[in-house]
Amino acid sequence: MNDLRELYQEVILDHSKRPRNFHGMPEANRSANGHNPLCGDRATVYLHVEGDVVRDVSFEGSGCSISTASASMMTDALKGKTVAEVEALFARFHELVTADPSKAATAAAELGKLAVFAGVHEFPMRVKCASLAWHTMKAALGGGDKASTE
Amino acid sequence: MSGTAGVAFDVGAVRREFPVLRETVHGKPLVYLDSAASAQKPQAVIDAESAVYERSYSNIHRGVHHLSMLATSAYEGARAKVQRFLGAAESREIVLLRGTTEAVNLVAQSYGRRHVGAGDEVLITGLEHHSNIVPWQMLCEEKGASLRVAPIDDAGEVDMAAFERLLSPRTRIVSVSHVSNALGTVNPVRRMSELAHAAGAVVMVDGAQAAPHLAVDVRAIGCDFYAFSGHKVYGPSGVGALYGRAKLLEAMPPWQGGGDMIASVTFEKSTWNELPYKFEAGTPNIAGTIALGAAIDWVQRVGLDVIATCEHDLLLHGTRVLGEIPGLRMVGTAREKAGVLSFVLDGVHPHDVGTILDYEGIAVRTGHHCAQPVMDRFGIPATTRASLACFNTRGELDQLALGIRKVQEMFR
Repeated sequence: MNDLRELYQEVILDHSKRPRNFHGMPEANRSANGHNPLCGDRATVYLHVEGDVVRDVSFEGSGCSISTASASMMTDALKGKTVAEVEALFARFHELVTADPSKAATAAAELGKLAVFAGVHEFPMRVKCASLAWHTMKAALGGGDKASTE
Repeated sequence: MSGTAGVAFDVGAVRREFPVLRETVHGKPLVYLDSAASAQKPQAVIDAESAVYERSYSNIHRGVHHLSMLATSAYEGARAKVQRFLGAAESREIVLLRGTTEAVNLVAQSYGRRHVGAGDEVLITGLEHHSNIVPWQMLCEEKGASLRVAPIDDAGEVDMAAFERLLSPRTRIVSVSHVSNALGTVNPVRRMSELAHAAGAVVMVDGAQAAPHLAVDVRAIGCDFYAFSGHKVYGPSGVGALYGRAKLLEAMPPWQGGGDMIASVTFEKSTWNELPYKFEAGTPNIAGTIALGAAIDWVQRVGLDVIATCEHDLLLHGTRVLGEIPGLRMVGTAREKAGVLSFVLDGVHPHDVGTILDYEGIAVRTGHHCAQPVMDRFGIPATTRASLACFNTRGELDQLALGIRKVQEMFR
């Protein structure tokens, strides 16, 4: 049960029930659609990038609590960050949920609120739920329009 | 407990035959409600497979030595068991394959490529598994034919009036599931076969989800092809069978070439072996197929009528206890159902349901169940599916209901 509480922390449940930045973005200049073909989860991530800075982030889509909360908290975390900072956060988040234990602790320290997703690594089947929005965001940032967890 | 048919059925004794039911998951006794994905195996099946390797394994249809004779005879014995299991007239009408998916592909590629041309049609239904959609799509694309789909209604039953309207002189093949894996709907395959034959089409029935739950008689159904998979009927994975009418199978070209499927080979020309070997290229899963025979013996010893009666009781009980949960909606409420309780919960995604139930020791399937068009029809991305086997109990379904209430508590 402890692992389960670790996975479904209050902050995750809160973001899954009331996702932040959950809307389209007419002024977006980057966007991508993400899909997890195994479970059917979908996410569209919109970015408004000005020069080197991510001015605004939002998302739409449907998925489980982990994928919705992850997308929601990601959008909160990325606003105002530089592209390089966003890419570094992506790498840290990936380390956190795929849990190379030696790196996870450092990753958690650097991720701030996003560290609540540390519990995901105990649930290998759910790692893709947590990372869908991040992969989609990365595809959008890189100018692609599609991302898949496969 | 006893079934309503008055047949004694000792579920405790049946449960003791499944070693895996002694396992615990997260400290709780395993409640296995995922038999529609794959069934657990009774000791008799496990023993049959290891006995082959311990005492009588060899390649089949080849050697003159003792072990080869034993293995061949056990392998052909399994074929005869499948024949009786399906009610086929002759054992040469039984092609032993990897499973239902391979069987559908065989019919699509061998029969289909010869008989389906530009402008022709293949008719399926709206509740098919991907394995009974994609092989036909591939065939239709290659031939310039169209895939037609008989829609399902809100209960998850095929609209038979539409099914009838969609049959035309252009319909070459009708392929339908006997029981829907996502919803549990039992299709009226006998009526469907009559209608299809009247339109001049041949009929394939995907029996993967039916074989573990109800007695199948291909001659009573009247279909031309029928397929099922070993792993869903308490046998090993990677084995299964296709029934085909001898007359059709004889006229069909081989599908895969190789050893065992030939009568003679020269570099100029090869000739084909007789039925059913023409469709069985290469060394098959010998021990697995023999264990499939043991699974059929086991199912018939318990009795498919008894199994059907008990599972029907479980289905009614499950429908009742799940129906009492506020915010739970059953998906698939056909009048005739077998083995499946599919549902969605307000405000909770099926994946979260599955993860939390797992902590209660309860194994359910969550997702689209390889039937994305069914999910689209109901406007949902996924469901949670509890599926039944003869070893399940009412108590386990009560635990499921309790587990779902815990999920709701967590997401309140």
